[in-house]
Amino acid sequence: MQAHSDSNVYYVPPPSIWPLVGSVALLTLATGFVLVMNKIAAGPYVMTLGMGILLVMLFGWFGTVIKESLAGKYSKQVDSSFRWGMVWFIFSEVMFFAGFFGALYYARNLAVPWLADTQLLWPGFSAAWPTAGPGLKTVIDPVNAWGIPALNTLILLSSGATVTWAHWGLQKGNQRQLKLGLAMTVALGILFIGFQIHEYAEAAFSIRDGIYGATFYMLTGFHGFHVMMGTVMLIVILFRSLAGHFTLEHHFAFEAVAWYWHFVDVIWLLLFVFVYWL
Amino acid sequence: MNTTTINGAAAHHDHDHDHAPAGIMRWLTSTNHKDIGTLYLWFSLFMFFFAGALAMVIRAELFQPGLQLLQPNVFNQLTTMHGLIMIFGAIMPALVGFANWQVPLMIGASDMAFPRLNNWSFWLLPAAGTLLIASFFVPGGAIAGGWTMYPPLFMQGGIAYDMSILAVHILGISSIMGAINIITTILNMRAPGMTLMKMPLFVWTWLITAYLLVAVMPVLACAITMLLTDRHFGTHFFDAAGGGDPIMFQHIFWFFGHPEVYIMILPSFGIVSTVIPTFARKPLFGYVSMVYAVASIAFLSFIVWAHHMFTTGMPVAGQLFFMYATMLIAIPTGIKVFNWVATLWRGSISFETPMLFSLAFVFLFTIGGFSGLVLALVPVDIQLQDTYYVVAHFHYVLFSGSAMSIMAGVYYWLPKWTGHMYDEKLGKLHFWLTTIAFNVTFFPMHFLGLAGMPRRIPDYSLQFTDFNKIASLGGFLLGASQLLFLYVVIKCVRGGEPAGNRPWDGADSLEWTQTSPPPYHSFVTPPLVK
Ligand code: HEM
Ligand SMILES: [Cu+2]
Repeated sequence: MQAHSDSNVYYVPPPSIWPLVGSVALLTLATGFVLVMNKIAAGPYVMTLGMGILLVMLFGWFGTVIKESLAGKYSKQVDSSFRWGMVWFIFSEVMFFAGFFGALYYARNLAVPWLADTQLLWPGFSAAWPTAGPGLKTVIDPVNAWGIPALNTLILLSSGATVTWAHWGLQKGNQRQLKLGLAMTVALGILFIGFQIHEYAEAAFSIRDGIYGATFYMLTGFHGFHVMMGTVMLIVILFRSLAGHFTLEHHFAFEAVAWYWHFVDVIWLLLFVFVYWL
Repeated sequence: MNTTTINGAAAHHDHDHDHAPAGIMRWLTSTNHKDIGTLYLWFSLFMFFFAGALAMVIRAELFQPGLQLLQPNVFNQLTTMHGLIMIFGAIMPALVGFANWQVPLMIGASDMAFPRLNNWSFWLLPAAGTLLIASFFVPGGAIAGGWTMYPPLFMQGGIAYDMSILAVHILGISSIMGAINIITTILNMRAPGMTLMKMPLFVWTWLITAYLLVAVMPVLACAITMLLTDRHFGTHFFDAAGGGDPIMFQHIFWFFGHPEVYIMILPSFGIVSTVIPTFARKPLFGYVSMVYAVASIAFLSFIVWAHHMFTTGMPVAGQLFFMYATMLIAIPTGIKVFNWVATLWRGSISFETPMLFSLAFVFLFTIGGFSGLVLALVPVDIQLQDTYYVVAHFHYVLFSGSAMSIMAGVYYWLPKWTGHMYDEKLGKLHFWLTTIAFNVTFFPMHFLGLAGMPRRIPDYSLQFTDFNKIASLGGFLLGASQLLFLYVVIKCVRGGEPAGNRPWDGADSLEWTQTSPPPYHSFVTPPLVK
């Protein structure tokens, strides 16, 4: 079903409205968010509008890309551009999480001990982890690593395995294995998110509870958000494989999502060790 | 890196949409690297004048001691926004504009790897610019705590603070996508035969800059996200009462911030390394060592960040480490300066405007590098931190470094971009006015800083008056001279002597095999490079 493409000419798309729509969307979204944070009544409406425009843009843009891909416009060289692009995008995400892990390290191993050493400001404060800091009186009762988090580790690791199994299916030309593997991965992703929501609901501390609450919810929250994005991407890929979009030679979208999913998986392992366990 | 093309000039064959689409939609929906490059450059020029106007007001206030024109809070808004907009709105977009125009042309690619994404990277800039400029008009005015956004000051401001955080987020998205695009283009779209070590040095510097961008913009995003949650969502990242630490912000910020200054200077190195060999009519001396020097500068830039924080009370071992690491950067930087000078050695030099700007760059940037080295010394920096000496340092590296290399690049490539020669007389006049006014403005700031005048304060004690008057007069002249630049650029766009394919006889990279201006779609089939 892939038309043949002229391998010598790199496909340069015609003018497109979607980038501009995307900019309008982000500007609207940002404005709305500012209004919401400053408790101005119009905020939620503006934000919703921004989200709406963003969704239109995503559907329009990705729709165009999929159409072009099916029309065989993407040569080998375009395909490897996509691969490079995805690799570097994931690298930027790695650096984003690295920043928050760095903050966790700094707070836990440097800032809190220094605060305890300086007995001038808060006499009697002693360094311990978890802590909500010397100024807040909260005592933090952390989540037990070997409860839900361990279960979630198992879930995500298995989802990494199922997505790889789906990939093998694709490579063997076994479309049934591809679809089944993807469906299982989606299910595991949703299961993970469900457990995570449950864990948040049960947790005995909030994001407001000092540096522990802040680092905990920031790291797990951003990770959870990435799992959600990943799951949505997996669902899209599942539908696309049901529609028979992926062939032996042409399945960059599948691989991109699989890479992304493994990335989310690795971040979770780090979270499990440094946020929940140690 | 001598690039001889076999069929480069003939590469442009008929293509069904080889003409630009008409009207405003051409610019709004463009997927053409040349159009998008042009958009970047005009946007940058606009922001340059906007932020420059803020600087004029700053210098007017500082013309004499006492408070004349501004409330201190407004003064702080001006210094903050001047810095923020110059960095994110003027210098960075200009350099990305160069990348857009030149990288595909110099490696023989038909366009950027992701043309639509490229357009998005650009159109996010006006979105962010709108937020930033609008923030002057909200209750409380624009952000006033310095472009570095340090807490706890940053916790206390009004709605403009949130607007600026989100604006910087949008700028970050734009930079990351732009950088990914540039890396992919360079790695994947070079013409056959163009090996990495045959790439023009400008392309090399952008490859490494783009890598830096992808590595550190997310870290900035992380820092300002924490600011936002500290402001509105009850976190205590930077609040000691909750076990956080305001100094932690500085660490994360400068982990971004120092590579950021190299993001603004490495492409400039690339421009200068292109211009000097052209007008010295000799190949660049030490091409390979240049590549390694850029790479090692990029590497070192990750391990020097705390030289911005020597006075925050860090352990002595930390101060020593960051001091020595910072001083190490002088080695690759010295290699570059040496190579530029060696390129000139026994060259048959001519002094067209781009060359003048590049020579001034070598000289003045080096002064900025030296003052950086002075600041890297812990005991000295403890005296000089937050004084005008630092202001002098970073204007020598950023104005006579980045900004003047951008001007060199503009004069160098304008004939290629527009098809017309610029007015050489006016260009030279612009150069001399800029260089002289620049030094009159910023050289006295070294003395002011050494004498202890603090930066970011609208008033000063009487003994600083003379140097401030000189700096202000120089500043006004510097600002006014840039209007001349605008005039020369517009004049060149409108018309002028036809440039021909290769107006500079010493230029040898691929873009000069194309017509001036190049066809709307150049290198549709890649040229063969020997
Ligand atoms: C030889 C190379 C360099 C060295 C050793 C160096 C060293 C330093 C040091 C130690 C400081 C901190 C001064 C203080 O706040 O007390 C500083 C500040 C600064 N440098 Fe450099 N620098 C170098 C090159 C550059 C370059 C190439 C740029 C930009 C293109 C740059 C831009 C800045 C800026 C913007 C600041 C001030 C940041 C602020 O506090 O607002 N530097 N530099
Ligand atoms: Cu620095």
